[in-house]
Amino acid sequence: MPKRSDIKKVMVIGSGPIVIGQAAEFDYAGTQACRSLKEEGMEVCLVNSNPATIMTDKEIADQVYIEPLTVDVLKQIIIKEKPDSLLPTLGGQAGLNLGMELAESGFLAEQGVKLIGTTAETIFRAEDRQAFKDTMEKLGEPVAASLVVNTVEDGIKFTNTIGYPVVLRPAYTLGGSGGGIAHNQTELVEILTNGLRLSRVHEVLVERCIAGWKEIEYEVMRDAAGNCITVCNMENIDPVGVHTGDSIVVAPSQTLGDKEYQMLRTSALRIIDELGITGGCNVQYALHPESFEYCVIEVNPRVSRSSALASKATGYPIAKVAAKIALGYTLDEIPNAITKKTFASFEPMLDYCVVKIPRLPFDKFITATRKLTTQMKATGEVMSICNNFEGALMKAIRSLEQHVDSLMSYDFCDMTDDELAEALTVVDDRRIYCIAEALRRGVSYEKIHEITKIDIWFIDKIKILVEMEQRLANEELTVELLKEAKRIEFPDNVIAELNGKLTEEEVRKMRYDNGIIAAYKMVDTCAAEFDAMTPYYYSVYGSENEAVQTKGRKKVLVLGSGPIRIGQGVEFDYCSVHATWAFAKEGWETVIVNNNPETVSTDFDIADKLYFEPLTNEDVESIVNLEKPDGAIVQFGGQTAIKLTEHLMKIGVPILGTKAEDVDAAEDRELFDKILEQTQIPRAAGGTVFTAEEAKEVANRLGYPVLVRPSYVLGGQGMQIAFNDEEIEKFMDIINQIAQDHPILVDKYLQGKEIEVDAICDGENILIPGIMEHIERTGIHSGDSISVYPAHTISQDIKDKIVDYTERLAKALHVLGMINIQFIAMDGEVYVIEVNPRSSRTVPYISKVTGIPIVDLAAKAILGHKITDMGYKPGLQPEADYIAIKMPVFSFEKLRGAEISLGPEMKSTGECLGIAKTFEEALYKAFLGAGVVLPKHKQMIITVKDADKPEALEVAKRFEKLGYKIYATRSTAKYLQDGGVDARWVNKITQESPNVMDLILGHKIDLVIDTPTQGHGDKTRDGFLIRRNAIETGINCITAMDTAVALATSLESATTEYTLVDVAKIG
Amino acid sequence: MKAFLILEDGTVFEGTSIGSTREVISEIVFNTSMTGYLEVLTDPSYAGQAVCMTYPLIGNYGITDDMESGRPWPDGFIVRELSRIPSNFRCKGTIQDFLVKHDIPGIAGIDTRALTKILRDRGTMNGMITTNENYKFEEIEPKLKAYSTGDVVSKVTCDSKSVLNGNGKKVALLDFGAKKNIAKSLNDRGCEVTIYPAHTKAEEILKTNPDGIMLSNGPGDPKDCGPIIDEVRKLYESNTPIFAICLGHQLMALATGADTHKLKYGHRGGNHPVKDLETGKVYISSQNHGYVVDTDKLDPKVATPAFVNVNDGTNEGLKYTGKNIFTVQFHPEACPGPQDSGYLFDRFIKMMGGAQ
Repeated sequence: MPKRSDIKKVMVIGSGPIVIGQAAEFDYAGTQACRSLKEEGMEVCLVNSNPATIMTDKEIADQVYIEPLTVDVLKQIIIKEKPDSLLPTLGGQAGLNLGMELAESGFLAEQGVKLIGTTAETIFRAEDRQAFKDTMEKLGEPVAASLVVNTVEDGIKFTNTIGYPVVLRPAYTLGGSGGGIAHNQTELVEILTNGLRLSRVHEVLVERCIAGWKEIEYEVMRDAAGNCITVCNMENIDPVGVHTGDSIVVAPSQTLGDKEYQMLRTSALRIIDELGITGGCNVQYALHPESFEYCVIEVNPRVSRSSALASKATGYPIAKVAAKIALGYTLDEIPNAITKKTFASFEPMLDYCVVKIPRLPFDKFITATRKLTTQMKATGEVMSICNNFEGALMKAIRSLEQHVDSLMSYDFCDMTDDELAEALTVVDDRRIYCIAEALRRGVSYEKIHEITKIDIWFIDKIKILVEMEQRLANEELTVELLKEAKRIEFPDNVIAELNGKLTEEEVRKMRYDNGIIAAYKMVDTCAAEFDAMTPYYYSVYGSENEAVQTKGRKKVLVLGSGPIRIGQGVEFDYCSVHATWAFAKEGWETVIVNNNPETVSTDFDIADKLYFEPLTNEDVESIVNLEKPDGAIVQFGGQTAIKLTEHLMKIGVPILGTKAEDVDAAEDRELFDKILEQTQIPRAAGGTVFTAEEAKEVANRLGYPVLVRPSYVLGGQGMQIAFNDEEIEKFMDIINQIAQDHPILVDKYLQGKEIEVDAICDGENILIPGIMEHIERTGIHSGDSISVYPAHTISQDIKDKIVDYTERLAKALHVLGMINIQFIAMDGEVYVIEVNPRSSRTVPYISKVTGIPIVDLAAKAILGHKITDMGYKPGLQPEADYIAIKMPVFSFEKLRGAEISLGPEMKSTGECLGIAKTFEEALYKAFLGAGVVLPKHKQMIITVKDADKPEALEVAKRFEKLGYKIYATRSTAKYLQDGGVDARWVNKITQESPNVMDLILGHKIDLVIDTPTQGHGDKTRDGFLIRRNAIETGINCITAMDTAVALATSLESATTEYTLVDVAKIG
Repeated sequence: MKAFLILEDGTVFEGTSIGSTREVISEIVFNTSMTGYLEVLTDPSYAGQAVCMTYPLIGNYGITDDMESGRPWPDGFIVRELSRIPSNFRCKGTIQDFLVKHDIPGIAGIDTRALTKILRDRGTMNGMITTNENYKFEEIEPKLKAYSTGDVVSKVTCDSKSVLNGNGKKVALLDFGAKKNIAKSLNDRGCEVTIYPAHTKAEEILKTNPDGIMLSNGPGDPKDCGPIIDEVRKLYESNTPIFAICLGHQLMALATGADTHKLKYGHRGGNHPVKDLETGKVYISSQNHGYVVDTDKLDPKVATPAFVNVNDGTNEGLKYTGKNIFTVQFHPEACPGPQDSGYLFDRFIKMMGGAQ
């Protein structure tokens, strides 16, 4: 069937801010799909509240609305833009839900807008628990015994008939939010209550527990003519019970015979055919390990995290093909972009093995429980490709960038055998390391399998790695042994460490002397059956090399930013991709190295060549040896890329842009102090230390409070404000758990207004697109603060100073390209907090709202173009005539036990934008985009530390005026009452009921304002419990007074008529 | 022990010996299926060939009952890596032992992707698997060049007639090296299936008045099957409904005046898209063939194309004009591979006047 002629203008809904369960994969899918639609001549109108994405670029769509993703906003955009079609299957669950609401309410029909891709009925039958069950029953496809319940009572009744344990799955939530396994009635009541609340339709599925079965997924596609294919199947190494997003996954399946493989494949195709899917779909199965019995777990009728993984694992561009199918094409009409000879109607065949490992945020949330359940906790993931499983696992482990390069980490060796046996029962992110230790001690495969239910085949593979560790430690390193160690991807540093006599450099030399070097193979979708030209490579050892060094054009190596984690999100992928495009425009050949399957940068048609590899010194060196680039660009790939600088220089790769020694000068305390002295820019007093003793000495000299942080980190990892010696000791202890190559910084903590700028320097002049100011005072990480552009509360004098300081610093540091500086404005003076001579997380946001293509300009500056030649006047650019506010978004509800109060260490997972003519409306839209939809019950709780009470009183007055009933614990209540607020006193948690906890659990509270007292992460404190419980029951919880003031301002100016800004028209 | 794969063009791969250490010369082909190595090994169509699996990890689930005939048929087995241990609830042994037991030589640890690329670019060629480190290519070369699969159908067909009981249609299955699942697919649909050796005379079959005749898959060059082609011609003329798969499809074409030719490197795997020209629908099929029917020499009065390969446009099936005969190049019986075209067995039963 050819393209439908009735589709001319398509509206695409994005997935909004990055949260756990809905991450960069939708930027990848959305970007690919929009490009595919434009390729077909469609006018594309995009709506996504997330400014950090590539899909919200004006190059990707014709109209771009970075607006809150609510039904009201979408309706207004539809009325304004008049699209003829709406494609809702690319924006994850969030996009799908919105599309459904618009369709169900009849609004789309009213406006003459067609829902394309998959129909509303199909979505309903796949997503609605009962409808799905009915469909499966009709097909005779087995599902686990289950019942959809709307009340806790029904849940208990049903569970009593099928027995514990049961799995609970709320309908229409993302990342399995609110789900879990209940082993007894207490757990059932707890999880079910929470799940019912989180479900959009107040429904939870109670289901027979099939934990321990194999978890298998199929990525399938279907076109409107009914042609069906399987793109890929995947096997979770972690059996059913761990969310697939948190599981280690291998593609294709490894332990299934053809009989099992085809049984499930046929089932998946029958299901999508019955549902009438048009596009991509994910079907998840539980397969009994000892029989052919299986259950369909769920069906996702849209592109998903798994489809992004399947696309990268096979080379089959699912989102692109799905978009073409939505326009009416059939699979046999769509060419295979990789072979260019075959068509989309075939099934990729792999001749390699792919391993995905989730990136979990427990390094950021040390109090959070590490246990993995059916509720997803990972913020991102890495993928690796090799022609053997062991190698793929080893490569994936080191791609995580968690200071772990082998299975010898997360020390389990001090445990007794009994302790270890106990540790094996714990299902967390360290399980494979625990299994490795058990294997080292000779625990049998059967015993490990019995405890973990992990298939023996995988356990044997871990054993093979353990055996290699032992051989490397005990035997002389022969050429043969080295070859075998490299075949299964032991990195040189681990080989050296195990060998004990050789250094990493000596191991590398031995390799080179004996010709043991990485070879690169192509990902071609067809196992070499057809000639393919795709420049998409992975490394192996002991094989023929297929990648050829290209010559002729100047060549740049672009280093990506690895897995999405808190502090290093999709923003850096945005920068890497734009830098690649900018270099390509300048005539350079571009080579990208990255390992994140969720991102646009790892799409095979972004750069001239893509190496899907770990971002370590050794892995990058191997690529450099082959490609011999003319230079590398590190300033756009976050800290991941910056960390590679030293080694790149050592192996003779010129760093393009700001020199490494200048990057060092910004990070190294002593060097930086000299720069500040030379440029006469003030900063908070401080010192560098290594030990807790030294830190206490410095802190006492400066006077508390002080800011303690390690150098060379992103997202303020390990950064804390210490108020006394004890806290210093505690924080230093945490920081020093990981060996520090660089000193730790201790600074006097100044509380003032935080200002941030990103600037481009061409070596002579600087260009500042705009000045941003933070709503929260210093002390809260810039990534967690509400950021306002243009800075509207600071004086011209301060602005001038900031521009002047930025220029001085850029020049003193010889910046060529990007620089990001954070300042404090206090009492008419400006202090510098930190300087990062690289791209920052605010770059995409500020690019979009100013219309200035910052990365593009920076890349050009790096290549020698001058700002004045690029059509810009140096200095601060004219301010926009609207306000754009970047609002942080958190995923606290997914992380049981995590401390939610904000501080110097970044905790947000994503961001959204509020853009409007007035500050108030922009703020309102920003809160709305972040999911703060108030008021509901108009009841709130205030409990603040003494220092915050005067401000709390003012805030309380404003909320009271908004109609809020205010509850407060004793001292806060008294203070508020004395100030004239009708605050109701409520008992503390430790006091008798009804107390503050009853109020929270009563579901009648909109908002909690709780500013933490000193002493962090103490899980038994009232404040911690209030905050945690508020978050887990879906109450908005604010932990800084400035945020509370902003929210009051936003609610006071609440509106339903929005000014809609087409960002594509800016600049 | 070291083993070598020496190709006709002089390329040598060094690896490790698996299975028998016997030296063998054969035609080297590759299969892209990611699962189903056991079905591949026991598919009689591989007689006279050594098969290379492009998926690198083989033997993961060991040996199970998933066999398409009583024994493995390839002359040799070429893999990147054999799993050290198998893991599956049905596992009865390792592939290593299986190869040794059936005296099949093989080689592991070679760059199977590099081998596949050679076969793809230069075409299927002959080769030798040997454990002799002191081989001399000059001595081997003429032997390699001289090798041809020959009359392999006689080698793989059954010795005598056998019957699978059923209450439905009576089907005569001519076994040219039939995969078990062909008979099973018919039997599962209620058919009584009588399996005949390849060289059975047409008269013998026709005198039993079967409701339909099934021509199976099989190994080798269809043109090496002269006498069988003559019998197939008689079956064609009998007006009995006929369904043919793979070699059977080629033999019917040759029997009715069409021609076949050898593909550069064949179709072997479980991902080949075939388009049903009647409905326009595309099915993913299991394939294993090195020869194909020429459509340009087809007389439309005799037969017209019914299926075409979406990738390379080669013929994948024929519909015989004025006859109750249809034939396909691919494998609706799957095993290994997708079951999407299993509906063709239903079509055959319908053609025989059956209920399904």
